[in-house]
Amino acid sequence: MRVSVITFPGSNCDIDSRDVFADLGHDSRTIWHKDTDLQNPDLVVLPGGFSYGDYLRSGALARFSPVMKEVISFAKQGGYILGICNGFQVLTEAQLLPGSLLANENLDFICRHQYIRVETGNSPWTHGLDKGRILDIPIAHKKGRYHLDQESLKRLEDNDQVIFRYADEEGRITPEANPNGSVNNIAGICSENRRILGMMPHPERAATKAVVSSDGYEILKAFESYLASGN
Amino acid sequence: MKQVEITPEVIEEHGLTSEEYEYILSIMGRTPTIVELGIFSVMWSEHASYKNSVKLLKTLPKDGPYMLAKAGDENAGVVDIGDGLAICFKIESHNHPSALEPYHGAATGVGGILRDIFTMGARPIAALNSLRFGLPNNFDTRYLIREAVHGISYYGNSFGVPTVGGEIYFEPCYEGNPLVNAMAVGLVKHDKIARSAAKGVGNLVVYVGAKTGRDGIHGTTFASVEISDESASMRSAIQVGDPFYQKLLLEATLEVINAGLVVGIQDMGAAGLTCSSSEMAGKGEVGIEMHTDRIPQREEGMTPYEIMLSESQERMLVIVEPKDYPAVEAVFHKWDLEVVVVGEVIEEQVLRIVHDGVVEAEIPPEYLILGGKAPVYTRETQEPEYFQRLKNTDLSKLDLSQDPAKELLAMLAHHNLCSRAKVYQQYDHMVQIGTVVEPGSDAAVVAIKGTDKAIALCTDCNSRYCYLDPYEGTRAAVAESALNVAVSGAKPLAISNCLNFGNPYKPEIYWGFGQAIKGMGDACRALDTPVTGGNVSLYNENPESAVYPTPVIGMLGLLEDMKLAITQFFKNEGDLIMLVGNQPQDLGASQYLEMRHGMVAGKVPKLDIDAHKRLIDLLQELSSQKLLKSAHDVSDGGLGVALAECLFGNRDLGAMVTLPTLDNPILSLFGEVQSTVIISFKPSDLEAVTQLVQQAKLKHWILGEVTSDGTLKIKDTLELSTQELYSTWRDALQLK
Repeated sequence: MRVSVITFPGSNCDIDSRDVFADLGHDSRTIWHKDTDLQNPDLVVLPGGFSYGDYLRSGALARFSPVMKEVISFAKQGGYILGICNGFQVLTEAQLLPGSLLANENLDFICRHQYIRVETGNSPWTHGLDKGRILDIPIAHKKGRYHLDQESLKRLEDNDQVIFRYADEEGRITPEANPNGSVNNIAGICSENRRILGMMPHPERAATKAVVSSDGYEILKAFESYLASGN
Repeated sequence: MKQVEITPEVIEEHGLTSEEYEYILSIMGRTPTIVELGIFSVMWSEHASYKNSVKLLKTLPKDGPYMLAKAGDENAGVVDIGDGLAICFKIESHNHPSALEPYHGAATGVGGILRDIFTMGARPIAALNSLRFGLPNNFDTRYLIREAVHGISYYGNSFGVPTVGGEIYFEPCYEGNPLVNAMAVGLVKHDKIARSAAKGVGNLVVYVGAKTGRDGIHGTTFASVEISDESASMRSAIQVGDPFYQKLLLEATLEVINAGLVVGIQDMGAAGLTCSSSEMAGKGEVGIEMHTDRIPQREEGMTPYEIMLSESQERMLVIVEPKDYPAVEAVFHKWDLEVVVVGEVIEEQVLRIVHDGVVEAEIPPEYLILGGKAPVYTRETQEPEYFQRLKNTDLSKLDLSQDPAKELLAMLAHHNLCSRAKVYQQYDHMVQIGTVVEPGSDAAVVAIKGTDKAIALCTDCNSRYCYLDPYEGTRAAVAESALNVAVSGAKPLAISNCLNFGNPYKPEIYWGFGQAIKGMGDACRALDTPVTGGNVSLYNENPESAVYPTPVIGMLGLLEDMKLAITQFFKNEGDLIMLVGNQPQDLGASQYLEMRHGMVAGKVPKLDIDAHKRLIDLLQELSSQKLLKSAHDVSDGGLGVALAECLFGNRDLGAMVTLPTLDNPILSLFGEVQSTVIISFKPSDLEAVTQLVQQAKLKHWILGEVTSDGTLKIKDTLELSTQELYSTWRDALQLK
């Protein structure tokens, strides 16, 4: 597949994301935010980092980058987009996903391993994964508390758009297992057409031979198998 | 600009002695201008000139088979790791700014050291920090800690470098004068190493990065001499950092270096434009003519004095051939950064500062720089009164009848021994997807992209040891750092150091400084780990006293195969546990002695450096033969604390242990030793392991085995659940 990772000024997981897809044998590249050609991708990745230094609000300025016009039109045409961490924040700011990401409940930056539970197999990103599957996917953010008004939240839940929830080792969804105070322990959601995924945890940080967890491969490979199955 | 008269008061306010001013007169052959006086003042300050330390520093070993750039040659040492790759690393202090404004002080400390690394063409791949504060039992100190940690977290996380290790300790002597030492580590190809010397008469001097403001100018001086009408409003002397801007500067800088467009490059850290321009000219044995009116300025009406002395962050000076300038300009414009030609390289060996057509300063750079003709001193030394007294304290009458179980829990909850997760979890330690061993083990291990190799990194200094005996304590710091990378599976290669001491004009302080340098040199020579560079921070004092001598060692180790990385944590039920090394003689200098008896006294545990070297070589051999399941250095807190720490990776495990001697459990568990490790391995490997240990002529004891019952059982001594040990240790540190 062809993967285009967007580099905003201040992105710092763009190279990580590009390399993880390249290691899996995909044609993967970074696209500078001032460019307007997405280079015909099968997947667009909005990576983690601090686009525009998090000025104003995380992701708030990145959505005005020249390349975002193309990303939004790619989305409208039914393109696949993965937004990780700051990328998730950009997706909510660009209103490609509902809700917003607020400061963590404890107001500190948190970097650690985190268990998340697969909430549905009905998404390109969890295709073939069992509901209830527990994955160790690292988090690293200061503003990751997912928030949504009650009515929209109900719609999100009813539509089965919650893809991942923060859980403990046994898969229990408890306040103790919630690192940042996200509503309903939400760690990742998809769009109504299910093709856009936003998640705070970093699957690309659990998908190299060097690092401690390799559970990120599960998410990347689910997407590969989904595309391969011709959906 | 009004010409300021050079009066004795002005000279004194610039921190120059009357002898130094006489020297300036003899160099210049006339009265200096205020800009010249300012330049001499910052370049001859302790911070830039190392005038009271450089003679001693020159005794440290700098050579080694792996050294590509030696200490003092460049911004940071460069160490070969094979395959045409090299590691560039350095540790530096930002103590005083952090005492006054912990958030920005710590943040700009991180920013400054990262800039030192990428100025050399190296991409930062890891950061560490070594922190010391007063006791965390009052609001003010906890505020300092929290804000310094936030500052480091803010800068390193946004910049995108994994902060993988370091240390944090608390002692009353750091109250009011915390130590914030930051280390950065970069990766560079041999043929892309950038140099700092200015070369080629007619080449352009190019200013890139952020605009220059009034931040960081040594505030009191210019305010009191009324240099300009503008400067009446005092600005903070603390620099403010912008990691977002620095991330852009990193990418643009590496882009022009890798494209071969750079003749020389130097970042602007301490003493800003003054230091960068004079060092580049001095090292290249050329002159530089620079026009301060062309420098991009953040505010109006800045004088050449202010421009030359500003310590605004995220700026660089680059020497470029005129034909390459358009390409350089294009790169910096792409990243939306300032890029301006501010001068040129000239043949006459002089630093000439011109403002609006008027020559404001003209100084031969050799008189300004370290290694040139700047003043150097040797200070008076005096062994402190306490030294013999504390060393010879009688510890034989101590009551050692306490309950070992209660004492182990108390030790694990002690602020100097408990979990640091509340600190390091605020640092992004996983970005760049190469963190093989995360914070919390003896050393961090970071993969080298595109290879099977990895590097091991740690910082170490037991300052209690250095206070009781600066020679032995510093030797021990080098030894411990080497052992920490060795237990992680790496070969120790080289060190950087950050020497935090009190006022060098006090003979007792200078004595300690000299002893520490001697200890460091001896240990580094014995372990074949040259000193690649570092930093000296003096005048670390609060109204009560100086800080403990704190020579922090940053160690670099290499693993040829990242899969050989080892952690301290026990892995499997049934594995055998062996202690290799030494048994404590007494409680001298131990954390336990301080915690239970309130005493900082006794002899620092004895270090046999030859045995230490054999232990490091043994660990290399054991790990290359894949015989080890875990390895952990026994250091602060002794064997008891180290054993508990081995269990914190998997709390379902326990251990059944018999101490080498049952004479005195408190001494066995909490006495401190050098050159001692706990290893675990498969029972079937017992013979192979024992044979290698015997060949190394090291003492060893089979302590017992790893169990699956989640309990630490020490025969006839204590029985505690791993979960209780773990939660006591995990929850003890209070930062809020």
